[in-house]
Amino acid sequence: MRMVSTAVLSLAFVIGVGAPLAVADDAARVSVTLKDHKFSPAEPTAPAGKPIIIDVSNLDSTPSEFESKTLRVEKVVPGGGKIAVQIRPLGPGRYRFFDDYHEDTTEGFLIVK
Amino acid sequence: MLGALIIVFREVIEAGLIVGIVLAVTKGLAGSRLAIAMGLLAGVVGASLVAAFAGAIGEALAGVGQEIFNATILLIAVVMLTWHNVWMASHGRELAADVKRVGEGVRSGSQSIFALGVVCAVAVMREGSEVALFIYGLVAAGGSTAAELVIGSVLGLAAGIAVSALTYLGLVAIPQRRLFAATTGLISLLAAGLAAQAVLFLQQAGVLTMLSQTAWDTSAILSDTSLFGRVLHTLIGYSDQPSVLQVVAYCVTLAVIYVLTKTVGSRRTPAVKARRATAG
Repeated sequence: MRMVSTAVLSLAFVIGVGAPLAVADDAARVSVTLKDHKFSPAEPTAPAGKPIIIDVSNLDSTPSEFESKTLRVEKVVPGGGKIAVQIRPLGPGRYRFFDDYHEDTTEGFLIVK
Repeated sequence: MLGALIIVFREVIEAGLIVGIVLAVTKGLAGSRLAIAMGLLAGVVGASLVAAFAGAIGEALAGVGQEIFNATILLIAVVMLTWHNVWMASHGRELAADVKRVGEGVRSGSQSIFALGVVCAVAVMREGSEVALFIYGLVAAGGSTAAELVIGSVLGLAAGIAVSALTYLGLVAIPQRRLFAATTGLISLLAAGLAAQAVLFLQQAGVLTMLSQTAWDTSAILSDTSLFGRVLHTLIGYSDQPSVLQVVAYCVTLAVIYVLTKTVGSRRTPAVKARRATAG
């Protein structure tokens, strides 16, 4: 068991380092900023059928968690920090995202067309 | 105050369910309470460290450090739970069947108890780091007073512990004979659900890109962010919009645990008996 687990974990790490560089090439990039717990733009657009990278910059001093059920993303953005999330190619539609720590007030939609 | 209560409860409930199951599974095994206590302590320390270094973890590994980290600790939990079930398959029946052999069984079971201690640590670390980050955010934002935050967090924590206790009491109410089968099943489903979550993080990191389409969408029937949905999410890995690969990972984990417990369980038992026969 120990050997299997070691193998699985090292594999995860090895692929983890190499893969993002390979994916980034043909992806569409979308930028969103968080300020005063509001997304801007609140409804960014992206092309359908291509991988998407969303860059999230948090201009607030408090951490937030960028989350979306439909985009299948859950990632902490430290206060004053910046993250990039990779999204699979999507069909046209409105995909809701939100700050998990302030879900009532902080939401946006990724418009894919 | 309500905000702190809800968020803390929401996170604690997930770790609490897992700890409740582990407590029930290891009931009566010598050293298990210490192992679980150490696991919880390590989890709290780990959660604080993860929260403190959230920025650094996120930037590691070309920006996907957070995903790889989450996937890794989830996979550790899957391996530990699998290991426990395999161990129980080969020793569990002897433990229940013969009091004289219990001493020996418990000694060789210390590794399995360690594995479950690690599972507790991992569960607390994952959920606890989110609680720490959230509370830090509330404190930094200065919206609520410190007293309100503390009261809300303590109430949330207490409610979470109550769920943990209910899980434990519900499980140990099952007759001893059936408890073994029940907990083996629960732990298998728990492991499969965690494996599916690990796959989600690996897909999010772009490590796994195949089979990313949504398998089904039952969010209108039962959202996995609702309370019942969350409980099912933790217990059996319910997800309202899983990817196909997550479903595959779930099924593969169940199959692997089933095959391992069958083969290892049946292979080891005669060997143990033979050793006892020569020793006795």
